Parts: sequence; structure tokens; C-alpha cells
Amino acid sequence: MPLLEIKNLQIEFGSGAKVARPVDGVSLRLEPGKTLCLVGESGCGKSVTALSIAKLLPSPPARYVGGEILLEGRDVLKMSARELRAIRGGLVSYVFQEPGAALNPVFRIGAQIKETLKYHRPAVAHDSEVIRLLKLVGIPAPDARLRNYPHELSGGMQQRVLLAMALASQPKLLVADEPTTALDVTIQAQIIELLRDLRRQLGMAVLLITHNLGLVGDLADDVAVMYAGQIVEHGPVRGVLQHPRHPYTQALIRSVPKIEGAAERLTTIPGTVPLPGWLPGGCRFHPRCSKAQPDCSRRLPPLTELADGHSVRCPLWDTPPLARPALKHA
Amino acid sequence: MNLLEIQNLKVHFPVQQRLFGRAKEFVRAVDDVSFAIAPGETVGLVGESGCGKTTLGRAVIKLIEPTAGRIVFNGEDIALLSGAQLRARRRQFQMIFQDPYASLNPRLKVTDIVGEALDIHGLAVDASARRQRLEGLLKAVGLDPSHALRYPHEFSGGQRQRIGIARALAVEPRLIVCDEPVSALDVSVQAQIINLLQDLQQERGIAYLFVAHDLAVVKHISRRILVMYLGRLVEAGDSASVCRSPRHPYTQALLSAVPVVDPDSKRQRILLTGDVPSPIHPPGGCPFHPRCPVAEARCKIEVPTLRTVKPGHFAACHLAKGD
Repeated sequence: MPLLEIKNLQIEFGSGAKVARPVDGVSLRLEPGKTLCLVGESGCGKSVTALSIAKLLPSPPARYVGGEILLEGRDVLKMSARELRAIRGGLVSYVFQEPGAALNPVFRIGAQIKETLKYHRPAVAHDSEVIRLLKLVGIPAPDARLRNYPHELSGGMQQRVLLAMALASQPKLLVADEPTTALDVTIQAQIIELLRDLRRQLGMAVLLITHNLGLVGDLADDVAVMYAGQIVEHGPVRGVLQHPRHPYTQALIRSVPKIEGAAERLTTIPGTVPLPGWLPGGCRFHPRCSKAQPDCSRRLPPLTELADGHSVRCPLWDTPPLARPALKHA
Repeated sequence: MNLLEIQNLKVHFPVQQRLFGRAKEFVRAVDDVSFAIAPGETVGLVGESGCGKTTLGRAVIKLIEPTAGRIVFNGEDIALLSGAQLRARRRQFQMIFQDPYASLNPRLKVTDIVGEALDIHGLAVDASARRQRLEGLLKAVGLDPSHALRYPHEFSGGQRQRIGIARALAVEPRLIVCDEPVSALDVSVQAQIINLLQDLQQERGIAYLFVAHDLAVVKHISRRILVMYLGRLVEAGDSASVCRSPRHPYTQALLSAVPVVDPDSKRQRILLTGDVPSPIHPPGGCPFHPRCPVAEARCKIEVPTLRTVKPGHFAACHLAKGD
């Protein structure tokens, strides 16, 4: 049984003429101990999807209008408030982007970690367990750090504290929503290394939400690429990153400057990401797509499996890759 | 001749100032930095947050008063200029800021944001000339001239950054300091702005000082790269040379930490331990030694200076070898 299975999830905001559907028919599967990366640009619905897993989006304003979120076979959307409290920070833990904003500035970090323990594992809510957790996430001199306030720690250390807090309940699923975006590259590398290490040690599944394709290759087993509320490509990490099939994934990979090799002119995707309330008809990517055919504006293509679990929402995936655009200033 | 020459520039900020007293301690945000930019050249400046790269970028065009050193722009030292004299020269150097949401006045229309620069420097003789110039500028940065009467909130992040670029271009500068111009933008929009900056440089021969934390972006756009750590330059040189064979251990670690899309990329990860130390009490000797994987005893005592490791490539490390 998969640990997490999202089936055709649809989430709406707003009312009347202003209804927006930032998540529109998303399906995902995550096996125990595996890592899935959900990639996309801002506004694509990746964070809304992540938050919905423990039903963290308050409803209203959010409306779960369709689909199921099965955690170990039980539908989160049908759970009572009491059941939800038990899985939040229990079976599923979260780490967010802004470590400084996620910690309470007026409590010592030891007390904040202990709070999670008191709720989910009251038998071990002692300093010794807090110290073990801080050691686990690589905080030097944990017995002294325990008494620090969040402002006394650097951004990287704060993120480690949040990880310790997330791990306190021994979750089976860790949802990390842009965990390194606010950090410097050398610190980002430390945190990614730590995540990889923890996953191996603790055997938990990780759902990593990121806009940075470079982080995906390091961690993921599977990758799902989101665009305008839908998954456009989904599959094993090597398949998606080395042989991307969807024109959006292809363009996204080519628009990132490479550190290796000579500097070529970057491929750009014209236009901007559409807002959830203003979606184009047909394929949502067609106004920005260089392969678009007249039919693309009329019909929304389904997510079709090609082979080996690699699915693509584009009927033109096997048309030859685009010729490199001529260099304007060769 | 170089367009800009920075000589031994220092920017120190006082901290813990006592009431009516003198400051006892200083943040050495920029400490003894020298470099030059040729006309039409892009020089990249990389480093992590807190290393002083933004302060350096701003001090170079006198948005921050330098504590010591010379800023020779076009053969003239502007470090000591102020008031009207400095304002007259500001036409030559402009800036593009990181946050396109915070750097545009929300109460001004595009025509006023970009036109203000023309007015201040008296570059448009009458209303029709002003309109024509504005139209040309908006077209040059890829915006629809018919949007000139809109307000910033009606544009997306990428479009706002284009407005910021049009504003900088309005006075036909010779140097633009770009402070993290793409880091607030989405990946697909980043590439648009990078290409735009390169096209504008080709057309107009503007020099850029490109400040960013993303080494891949900096390498892509720059001919030469400066690497900064705790207020000092630790490595400088031709961008291909710095990225292919970095000589300073910090640059090596920074390079190895750059995320790469290909999951099979065979790169060796150098993980640095700890955080960047406080610039108020920087470590003695080499400022990098507490995090350096190859530090020796003398690194704790002697401060390394920037020296040539091969022609056009400099590193501030006792252990850096030449060719």
C-alpha cells in the first residue's frame, strides 16, 4: 500500500465570478521511504498541494471540491478534527521555507521541540530526547543550544531546529516546502546532504517541494512537474531530467544557466506563468509553447503514461526536440 | 583605459555606538578591495549573504559613502565628490535593484518612473521628445509602449524588472550596477531578463557590475568573476578560468555546492562546516580558515593577499598554486 496517494485533487478559492482553482486534478503516489519532488514555478499550485496533505489549508476560504488524499489508506479529507490533530506533526511533518518565521521568537528552541514531543510522544518528552534530536540534525553543542532563542541562531541552524522538531514525532512522511530557498548555497548543500542522510537513517518518505531543478537530481526517486494547477510530467528522476518529454519541462531545464560548459544563449519561455483565475483554454501551456498546434488551444490533453511510469500531458511529446534557436549575437 | 578603477576601497559601519560617544567596533563590510572594469565589460561579483557584495556594489556608485579608498570613474576620482558635482556624474552610472516589487514607487505611473530620470538630467527638450524617448526605452526592454500610463502593480515581476531596467537606461549610463537582478524572479523569467541584459550590452556598450549569489548565473553573464568572502576578495579572474580551475578553497566549495540538474553528474561535493563568521569579529589570519578544509597553522596568523596564480587569475590563499 502506498504511504500517500492523492487522487484527482481539486481545490478552489473564491466565489462567484472570481473562482480560482490552484489545484486542478492532481494525482500523486508516494511509497514508504521514497522521495518525490514536486517541481514548478511560483503560482503553479505546488505549495497548495503540499499543505492539503494534512488539510492545513483552512476551509473556508479553501474548498476541497473533489478528489481524495489517502494517507495509509485513510482519506484525510474525511477525518475529524481530532484525527487530523493526531496526524499533523505525527504521521506527517512539515518543514517550511522561512525558518525564521516558523519558529516562535519568545520561546527557547528546546521548549519548542519539547512541545511536539509532549503531544506525540509524551513518554520521552525530556531534555535528553531533545538533545538527541538536535544531535541528529547536526547541531554542535546541543546541550547548550537547547537554551538558545531562535534569533541567536543563523538561518541554517534555524532550519536544522525545525527539522529536529519535524522529526520529533518520528513521522513516516516529511513534507519539505522549499526548505532551502531562503538559505545560501553552501548552507543549502549542507541541508540537502542532511535530508538525504536522515532519510536513509530513519527510512521516512520525503515530499520535496521546490522550484530549483538542481536540487531534484540529488534527492528524488520520482519527479512531478506542475504547471498552472496540473501535473504536466511525472516519472522517475532520470527519465524526467535526462529525457524530458513535455515542452515545459524541456524549456525549464534549458532556461537554467549551466555551471559546466561554455555559456550559450539561454532558451527563454515567452510570457509569464498564468494566474489561477486566468487560465488559457485547452492545454494551459499552449500560449507559451513553441510546439503548439491549433488543436492545443481547444483540447486539454490528458496525462498519458508512455513507459516505465513516465507520464506526460502533451500529445506532441514525440515530435523532435526543437532546434536550438540561432544565437542572436554569435 | 578602464572605465572604473576601485583602489583599496573600504566601507566600515560603526556598531554599538554609545550615546554621544564614539563607536568602539566596526563591521568591515568591505575591506581593502581593488578591481577594475573596462568599458562594455561584465564583471560578476559573487558571495554568500553578509559577505559585503551589495555594500560594495552600492559604494562603487556612491550610494554608500566609502570609508577609504579611491573610486576612479573615467579617469576621475569620485570618492570625495558630493552634492551637485556628484549628481552631474550620476548620469554615467546607474543601478538595477533586486526586488522589483520594492524598487518601483507604487504611486507613479511607468511614464513617471522612467521619465523622472530624463527630467532630472534635462534630457528631453519638450513633451513630445520626452514621449518619443520613453516609447523607445520601453520598446528596448520589451514592454508595450501603450502600457506607459499603468502603475507598477499592474505588471508581473519580470515586467517590473524590465521597468527598472528602462529607468536605468533612460540616462544612457556607461556602467550599471545590477544587484541580484534576477534572484526574485521565476526560473523561466530569469532567462528572459538575462538575455535582455546581454542584448542591451551588445547594442549600447554598457559595462555591468553584476552582483549575485548564484554562481551559475554569474558565470553565464560575466567575462570576469570576483569572489568575495567576509568583506574581502578571495579570488578574481577570467570567468572560465575561475569556474574550471578555482584556486581558493572557498571558491571550490562554492562551485561544488551549485545545484546541477543532471542526476548522474559526477561532481565531488565539498561540504563546508559552520556558517559565515561575524564580520564584526572576523577570524584572525585568513578570514576563511575556520571553515577551510585544507587550513594550515600559518593560515591562522598570516592574512593572505590577492596574488597572481596565472596571468589574469588571482587568489588570496597561502596554498594556492600557480601553473
